[in-house]
Amino acid sequence: MNIRKAIPAAIPFVVVTLSLEWLVRAGWIKAFLVPPPSAVFQTMWRDWPELFAALAKTSTGAILGFVLSAIAGIAFAIFLSSSRAIQEAFYPYAVFFQTVPIIAIAPLLVIWFGYGMRTVVAAAFIVSIFPVIANTLDGILSTDPALRDLFRLYGASPATTLWKLRVPAALPQILTGLRIAGGLAVIGAIVGEFIGGQGLGSVIDIARTQQRTDKVFAAVLLASVLGLVLFGLINILSRLVLRNWHVSEQN
Amino acid sequence: MTEASIGADRGVALRLANVRRTFKELVVIDDLTLDVAAGEFLAILGPSGCGKSTLLRVIARLNLPDHGTLDVVPSNTKFQTAYVFQEAHLLPWLTVLENAALPLELTGVSQPERLKRASRVLAEVGLSEAESRYPSQLSGGMRMRVSLARALVTEPRLLLLDEPLAALDEITRFRLDVRLRDLWIERGMTVVFVTHSITEAAFLANRAVVLTRRGCRIKLDRSLALPTVRDNELRVSAAFADEMKRLLGAMEEEG
Repeated sequence: MNIRKAIPAAIPFVVVTLSLEWLVRAGWIKAFLVPPPSAVFQTMWRDWPELFAALAKTSTGAILGFVLSAIAGIAFAIFLSSSRAIQEAFYPYAVFFQTVPIIAIAPLLVIWFGYGMRTVVAAAFIVSIFPVIANTLDGILSTDPALRDLFRLYGASPATTLWKLRVPAALPQILTGLRIAGGLAVIGAIVGEFIGGQGLGSVIDIARTQQRTDKVFAAVLLASVLGLVLFGLINILSRLVLRNWHVSEQN
Repeated sequence: MTEASIGADRGVALRLANVRRTFKELVVIDDLTLDVAAGEFLAILGPSGCGKSTLLRVIARLNLPDHGTLDVVPSNTKFQTAYVFQEAHLLPWLTVLENAALPLELTGVSQPERLKRASRVLAEVGLSEAESRYPSQLSGGMRMRVSLARALVTEPRLLLLDEPLAALDEITRFRLDVRLRDLWIERGMTVVFVTHSITEAAFLANRAVVLTRRGCRIKLDRSLALPTVRDNELRVSAAFADEMKRLLGAMEEEG
């Protein structure tokens, strides 16, 4: 993304920040409900060492969870694609990851994995794996029938067809799945941290009990930035991988 | 060199006897018997939706007939059939050269060998300078030529074409018609292509078969009285117009 493209996206941020500042200072919004943005930035400046350490923890947890769900999700989708019977038998259990209320099972994760990083990674993993599975499977199953015929005509084995046609042809959908998973992994990590007791999730939880909305906002802002950065990195990866596919990806 | 002898040594003969193919309740091909000589350039003409693509898929053994038999003579060589689809259907993540080499890759030819052969066949369709480009960087006509090169790279004895040029503009199509005809003369192979374009059938083929709207029955089976070497001059000749008239007449006939 170049500077020119960043300007339109920056305008709403500046407008909302400035109006919020004005609304709070004018007394329209109570400062203990929504702190003025200036106070949030001040807190971020003052508590930076603590916030940065928390951000590093959260990033590690989210990225580990994301990488695990990328690997396991793609592998599981390939497994599911091998036959209709396997899909019917196992796909409902993949949907389970989508529907499970992570807040409700987070305490269980602590019992299984203990306080700390492993619980956080598990929560990020559980929340982010489903879009990877669903999109990868969709991509693999929607391979161009003409190309499948072509591979058949030249006697390609199912394994060859999978690795040389179906998986590469599914790359756009796989990357879409990863893009969604990236954002979800950050959410999962924060939820895991509420219970698992570390990182930004923990900072938010403690600041909340102390009525420090400014600190809550500072941590939430950093979590959002983390999500954005992850999203941006996956976009860059996507562009690199698909650079030859579409004319639009070339410029 | 006479018409009938072109490619008779390298092409295969086909024999379809009482072929029947249904999709669910619908009879797409009903009792079709058709002989194609080795080295023949056969056009199968029919209205859209008459089942001619299904017929081509049966010949390629992508669909099996419910009844009847399909014999290919000689049948000893593996991978002797190539198939060109209505659209190019290239792999977007491979270069033009790798796309053209794909059938050889799938049949286990070593990489230097297959790239050499793909490069040679790309030269034949006039795409040498585009070898390292990707499909997204090509025009529709160029993509179709890559698709044709991919089909020819295995030196097939039977080339099947399913309305391969229908999506192209007329000038590009005319140019590729001439190229395709030349390739058939140079390489010698049996070509069967289905189309709804009377012009294309008359220009390309030695023999044209017109099918009925329902059931793929043969309405007309005619050897075209046109010269072996064909160029765009032919399109405005009296002999060409005469063949067009006959084919059109058969197409318009009820049934």
